[in-house]
Amino acid sequence: MVGRAVTSRDLVLGRLRAALATGGPAPAPVSRDYVQADTVDVDQLAQRLTDYRAHVHRATEAAVADTIADLLPAGATVVVPPGLPPAWLPSTVTALTDDGLDHGRIGAADAVVTAAAVAIAQTGTIVLDGSPDQGRRVLSLLPDRHVCVLRAEQVVATVPEALARLTPHRPLTWISGPSATSDIELIRVEGVHGPRHLHVVLLP
Amino acid sequence: MTRRTFLGMPATAPPVTAPAGVGHLRGDESFPDAARRSLADPQLRRNLRHATTTIRAKSAGVIDEQADWEQLRAAGAAIKADTLHRLPDLLEQLEEKVTGAGGVVHWAADAIEANRIVTDLVRAAGADRVIKVKSMATQEIGLNEALEAAGITPVETDLAELIVQLGDDRPSHILVPAIHRNRAEIREIFLREMPGVDPALADDPTALAAAARRFLRETFLSTPVAVSGANFAVAETGTLAVVESEGNGRMCLTVPDTLITVMGVEKVVPTWRDLEVFLQLLPRASTGERMNPYTSMWTGVTPGDGPQAFHLVLLDNGRSAVLADEVGRQALRCIRCSACLNVCPVYERAGGHAYGSVYPGPIGAVLSPQLTGIEDNASLPYASTLCGACYDACPVKINIPELLVHLRAEAVESRPRPTAESIAMAAAAYTMDRPRLYAAGQRAARLSRLAGRRGRGLPPPLNGWTASRDLPEPPAQTFREWWAGR
Repeated sequence: MVGRAVTSRDLVLGRLRAALATGGPAPAPVSRDYVQADTVDVDQLAQRLTDYRAHVHRATEAAVADTIADLLPAGATVVVPPGLPPAWLPSTVTALTDDGLDHGRIGAADAVVTAAAVAIAQTGTIVLDGSPDQGRRVLSLLPDRHVCVLRAEQVVATVPEALARLTPHRPLTWISGPSATSDIELIRVEGVHGPRHLHVVLLP
Repeated sequence: MTRRTFLGMPATAPPVTAPAGVGHLRGDESFPDAARRSLADPQLRRNLRHATTTIRAKSAGVIDEQADWEQLRAAGAAIKADTLHRLPDLLEQLEEKVTGAGGVVHWAADAIEANRIVTDLVRAAGADRVIKVKSMATQEIGLNEALEAAGITPVETDLAELIVQLGDDRPSHILVPAIHRNRAEIREIFLREMPGVDPALADDPTALAAAARRFLRETFLSTPVAVSGANFAVAETGTLAVVESEGNGRMCLTVPDTLITVMGVEKVVPTWRDLEVFLQLLPRASTGERMNPYTSMWTGVTPGDGPQAFHLVLLDNGRSAVLADEVGRQALRCIRCSACLNVCPVYERAGGHAYGSVYPGPIGAVLSPQLTGIEDNASLPYASTLCGACYDACPVKINIPELLVHLRAEAVESRPRPTAESIAMAAAAYTMDRPRLYAAGQRAARLSRLAGRRGRGLPPPLNGWTASRDLPEPPAQTFREWWAGR
């Protein structure tokens, strides 16, 4: 028999096709009769974020800077994604705008302030998608304190609604409370490798 | 058993089980032998009972508040069944999308090939160390051992995996691999094995987690290659997803220049929308949370954000053999939530190590023997009471009891020599076909009661059965005698 060298790709796909060759019953159609959408309840989002030890603050757009000033000590260095609305930053902090900051400087900062793409009320989740007001993934990872500003219109009720709003090819980070582990005797400890403090500023 | 023929191979090749001598799908001893040792360890049993009881209660609480839980389970099961039915096509679609987004796709027929691919990629990146996100697939193939043999240091970054690695130990639970260790034991391991650790380290979980944070931070920032598994891969978009809690996953998926993801071929899902089902099922069934702290999703390479080289290794390693069994293939629906472990009375007492394989508990008892071939894990389908709790708990409705029975039949058929059980069954069938012989046998059983002291049990080779059970006392009158004299 003469043949070209068979690749592992051919081999694996060939085996899988052979495995299915005997047929078997065709699978039943997928029924999506679970809850797709629900009424948005921003209070539920706040309560569920708090459940997972995030700190929730309510503010108007005009009061964002004052709210953040109360969260961070004067002189704190704050990593800032390039597209963050400048009015959100209090004058009391030192902004470190990301123009390719190295990991050392990001990690040494006291906090990072970002916007968000979507939030899910039922699960207490915020999702970042790397837009200019959220920045590279590493910005919201290395600093020990993450302040996330969220507009009410970004909040949906359910997971299906959130996925429908998101763009798959963007790098996505779903965040539900601060970094946590339950690996030791199943006791929840906040803060292992990600930010140990998560503040969510909710705008109307 | 593995077959490697690379010339003139037809378009379809027979499915093959995972090769022996590499990876961690086979234990050194049978389940009963290994279980006997863990049953004798009261500390282990206390840790396990506490852990499984706690997770069960948490999980039940958040499942209760999800009114459409049963609809989600049905959808999850249906999506996975559909996926398996057209797995080759979906994998080709995934490959095309990942490649189109700047990733490189590799195919690994078995553990040996996967280990070689990853080792070569790490070497090509010029690294002598990799950071790892907890991944069942890389444990299954024994990647750490393969990397070490090649002079590359793998660093497990999940806290529990770090405890296991530093303690030169084996994981005992899919979700909480160090579930068998308590805080005092963990402190001891850190003091002994963690370079630069504070000798005054306290044994409370917060202090222990902080020690791991300090220990690993520098490693995260200075290691150029990460290795991860994947919870889901979307064929439609080429998107990969990793679900985690600590942020070590985000570190590995974000900070290094090169990311290598090893995933079993069954992890693919057809569409982006399918994630809406699994992202609701997994955290509630697994950690008992409405959502886990972090989920990362990425598609190929994003310029200026995260690793600029992405490799996806698609692993068979026996999965095609599982797929070939029309009853058995449902085990490939598993999303590794570990709910079946937490509800299993056998797991709660025997612990994860007794199963030998990296996949413990009820799902391990049906997955491992299929991946390796029944001969190599013949005792696992018996590591169950068939109580059915695992089926009720499974978020993708894998009928584990049905599979256990199916595999027990296979195990009996695969035995090369007749056993006490098969001889006894054959003798029983012969006797029951012959009424006079049967009646005589029943009278003889009554005589044996007079002959033997109660509780002495059966003679060899049947004494294994009565070693841990009382032989029921034969009644004074058999049913047939009562019927005749009625």
